[in-house]
Amino acid sequence: MNEQINPVRPELVCPAGTPAALKDAVSAGADCVYVGFRDETNARNFPGLNFSRKELASGIAHAHQHGAKVLVAINTFPRAGQPKLWHQAVDDAVSLGADAVILADIGLLDYAARTHPQARLHLSVQASASNPASIRFYAEKFGVRRVVLPRVLTVPEIAALNKQIPGIETEVFVFGGLCVMAEGRCSLSSYATGRSPNVNGVCSPASHVRYVESGGHITSELGGFTINRYAATESAGYPTLCKGRFVAGGKPTYLFEEPTSLNTMAMLPDIIRAGVTAFKIEGRQRGRAYVAAVVQAFRANIDAVLAGQPVLDMTLDGITEGGRETTGAYERTWR
Amino acid sequence: MTPKLTLGPVLFNWTPETWRDFYFRIADEAAVDTVCIGETVCSKRTPFFEPFIAEVVERLAAADKEVVLSSLTLLMTEGELAQARDLSQTDGWLIEANDVSVAALLAGKPFAVGPMVNVYNEGTLAYLESLGAVRVCLPAELSAQTVGVLADAAHAEIEVQAFGRVPLAISSRCYAAHAHKLAKDGCQYVCANDPDGMSVDTLDDVLFLAVNGTQTMSGHYMNLLRDVQALAAAGVRRFRLWPQKTDMAAVADLFRRTLDGALDPDEGEAKLSGLCPGVEFANGYVHGKEGFRMIDPLEMQDGG
Repeated sequence: MNEQINPVRPELVCPAGTPAALKDAVSAGADCVYVGFRDETNARNFPGLNFSRKELASGIAHAHQHGAKVLVAINTFPRAGQPKLWHQAVDDAVSLGADAVILADIGLLDYAARTHPQARLHLSVQASASNPASIRFYAEKFGVRRVVLPRVLTVPEIAALNKQIPGIETEVFVFGGLCVMAEGRCSLSSYATGRSPNVNGVCSPASHVRYVESGGHITSELGGFTINRYAATESAGYPTLCKGRFVAGGKPTYLFEEPTSLNTMAMLPDIIRAGVTAFKIEGRQRGRAYVAAVVQAFRANIDAVLAGQPVLDMTLDGITEGGRETTGAYERTWR
Repeated sequence: MTPKLTLGPVLFNWTPETWRDFYFRIADEAAVDTVCIGETVCSKRTPFFEPFIAEVVERLAAADKEVVLSSLTLLMTEGELAQARDLSQTDGWLIEANDVSVAALLAGKPFAVGPMVNVYNEGTLAYLESLGAVRVCLPAELSAQTVGVLADAAHAEIEVQAFGRVPLAISSRCYAAHAHKLAKDGCQYVCANDPDGMSVDTLDDVLFLAVNGTQTMSGHYMNLLRDVQALAAAGVRRFRLWPQKTDMAAVADLFRRTLDGALDPDEGEAKLSGLCPGVEFANGYVHGKEGFRMIDPLEMQDGG
């Protein structure tokens, strides 16, 4: 890998669920920090998380002082009859000086493009734009400048895609919680709990989680459905619906995915070579230690790869889900 | 206006002959107004039934059914896009876009929008209408209240999924193959083993979900038989029945007669249970609850 592989230095896009995490991400070397407002306009609508308008204003000031950008995710689908909350979120993010807003809903993109023609629009992963025809649609109709790709494509497919959408930037997830379904096209959470990522900005919400201990084991439940079962001596994982164990064809199995996290560190040279503009780290709901450690590790490795050096062996074992890692859909065998 | 019935495309991997004969019977005997055909889940399945499409379309058209051609849901490869491009240039039939890319290809002429395209609000609805959408089948997770708001705002016909296992998610990973410890590339078409979808139960053997290749569906069958009149009063113009391995002509008849006021919904429900032995029904979404729940029917409201 000792060749000059990309004239453009990819941006490292890092999560911040709180103002403190934003500062940590900036210090650790984030080029961009993405955040959300403290309501259901964003897909990480968790208690105790996210930014007020005032916090966003100071967060943007801090980031800009240190040469970093702030992107505001407004990436749920506005409720019918009540678009105001979402429109106001776009208006406020733009007027507070956000460097871009990350949107998923066609109606909201249309609103943003008409109301704020100068604003930079990114397409959220929740829009699940998985091919050039979709991506061109969002670029041509609404002026979308960057598309966060759904986690369904392999690295060679991403490279081929980038060649077909000149002038449009792509951003891919490189680390963190992994959706196994095409994002924004999954109602499993609402099927079990009545609350969904698209509508409420939550998946497998903590409000519907229960751990039941009996007969020497612990059962994790979501909405009353058993998601997994552990020996009382094991530590019970969080019951994210698609990472549960179910009975299919008579056998208990992790049918959709094991409790695992995405980690593409070893593939970084390939992903950089695929012509991706920005690398995204998942985890606005994660703590400051996670943000700092992951951002530092990716910053060091991106810079190493760009300098023609091999990927450094930096262990992130302590912070992946269940200690297990996958490269997910980026490798064809995952399918 | 009396609402119409749409038969959604067969979602499962049925043998080509089964697929053809199913539609022949629908043409001859089912009280549906519109029949959607086409592979929406996995492009690897298309070649099998493709040779039968022409005769199925002909038979349906001869029986005065409106034929709609449905697109794939998740398009990733050049081949899948090329197929969508061909589909979008097919004249004479309404095309149902199940992905935004297909809606984009169809822009400028009338088209239908399938339930895996995210239409959650009037802004998106209006935008798709401006591109040419004349019919929109709404996502499963919307409540009757949301459906009513959209129906009030719509110029397009609003359609609601009313019977069968409803699609809940799509993935690039094949779970039928995964369950058989196979990769998608060498899947041996094991999804064909489960013509109603593979049941996915909890570790306590409680019915939960179902898997159909790359698609995850509800384990319960959606059943809005006792809710359709209220939804019709709220402006829903069409109801979608998803093909299952049951007597779909009889299912359609129950919905038709209920909508026409010729069948008591409770009596219809009992008959529907008889047609689907061992099946659990759900209608939670339209009641604003968890999708899997079965709730007492909606109150009749005027206008939504």
